[in-house]
Amino acid sequence: MNAALFDWQFAWQILPELLRASLYTIGITLVAFAIALVFGLLLAILRRSRLQWVSWPVASVIEFIRSTPLLIQLYFLYYVMPEYGLILSALTAGTCGLALHYSCYVAEVYRAGLDGVPRGQWEAAKALSLGPWHAYRNIVLPQAVRPIVPALGNYLIAMFKDTPVLSAITVVELMLQAKNIGSQTFRYIEPITMAGLFFLIISVSVALLVRKLETHLRMP
Amino acid sequence: MTALMVRFRGVTKRYGPLTVLDHLDLDVARNEKVAIIGPSGSGKSTLLRVLMMLEDIDEGVIEVDGAPITHMPRDGTLVRASESWKRQGRSKIGMVFQSFNLFPHMTALQNTAEAPVSALGLSRREANERAAELLDMVGLADKRDHYPSQLSGGQQQRVAIARALAMRPQVMLFDEVTSALDPELCGEVLSVIRRLGEEHSLTMLMVTHQMGFAREFADRVCFFSEGKIAEQGTPQQLFGAPQNERTQMFLRAVMDAV
Repeated sequence: MNAALFDWQFAWQILPELLRASLYTIGITLVAFAIALVFGLLLAILRRSRLQWVSWPVASVIEFIRSTPLLIQLYFLYYVMPEYGLILSALTAGTCGLALHYSCYVAEVYRAGLDGVPRGQWEAAKALSLGPWHAYRNIVLPQAVRPIVPALGNYLIAMFKDTPVLSAITVVELMLQAKNIGSQTFRYIEPITMAGLFFLIISVSVALLVRKLETHLRMP
Repeated sequence: MTALMVRFRGVTKRYGPLTVLDHLDLDVARNEKVAIIGPSGSGKSTLLRVLMMLEDIDEGVIEVDGAPITHMPRDGTLVRASESWKRQGRSKIGMVFQSFNLFPHMTALQNTAEAPVSALGLSRREANERAAELLDMVGLADKRDHYPSQLSGGQQQRVAIARALAMRPQVMLFDEVTSALDPELCGEVLSVIRRLGEEHSLTMLMVTHQMGFAREFADRVCFFSEGKIAEQGTPQQLFGAPQNERTQMFLRAVMDAV
């Protein structure tokens, strides 16, 4: 049997398909992460509100979403919500579910960052007649975000590695593509190994980029 | 134009069961320099903080330049000020803090130009020019592109003074501005404040432990005790011949420490 343990020719043959799927996966991750960054910030700011009727419900939602599996949330979005009239494509449901789930983690990271900005900074902004919006955007956020860049980078990578969960609602991301190739050709070792390698290469590159960003943003 | 610049009328501030300001009345004339001294916990800093409206007061009204700032008129009575009314009131006042509170991610120039752009609507260029002038005035022309972490405490505090002045306030508040500084750095900050008093028409309220500076600089010294002004007068009166027993005790303790 000359079928080598790893058939390079076969690997070469399926490379384009897997590359396409990995681009798709990266796209989903980036869109979902962008949404999570914005929505998470909004959640964090609302949770810090002094008005209890704002902060309390927001805190409950965050805890609820953080404490239930992503898979169940995706099933709800894709299989249950249509019964209530909300019909989303698998891709939309998957991206939104991922974004929503990670918004809640990211919100907690933001909260830690915002809490870490000394009260004197708020007072100085107030004493200079800066409005609350301006104080948040130009004074507090730039100081809050710098220390949490590593944590945010972690969640970006975690989110990327969670994209295979989307295959459960039929999104053909990298992992499902690899599995499909395997079930069509009865050769699993090449597609699965390659999918794993793609994840590894991309995660490591992202980690390096985040490290770069960190040094770039370091406060003088 | 009234001669009265700042007016506290029956101002009370409580923290839970603790009354920090107790029905306080205080009038400060335009351009008057008032030093506020007293033991810690007597409400000195709170006086400045409620004037800047960093804290809400529980009773009374504070007026600046003839208009209430903690309250606003509505239907013939005074109601609690809205945020925008407060912001307008704050724009008449500048404040310098004990711990500087410079924005660490901005250079000295950016720190100084930030508020004029966003709160006064100056163009970036105008604001930068004004900021450069002010940094020059506090002796930091060559440090304008330095970040706070690259400056000494005394330099940081001088940037903070320039930053407050950039809003062209009518009243300046100094809250123990030399307390966080090494003794040899106090002089440069105090001399900036002294020059400010001589060259600009500014009403100043300063909470200080620098008795020598209070004596030479202030028009009036107020001795605070338990949320009230226990005694006030010219520096000569208050330091030379204090009438109140608590003032005497406090001054004796402070002078002994020197």
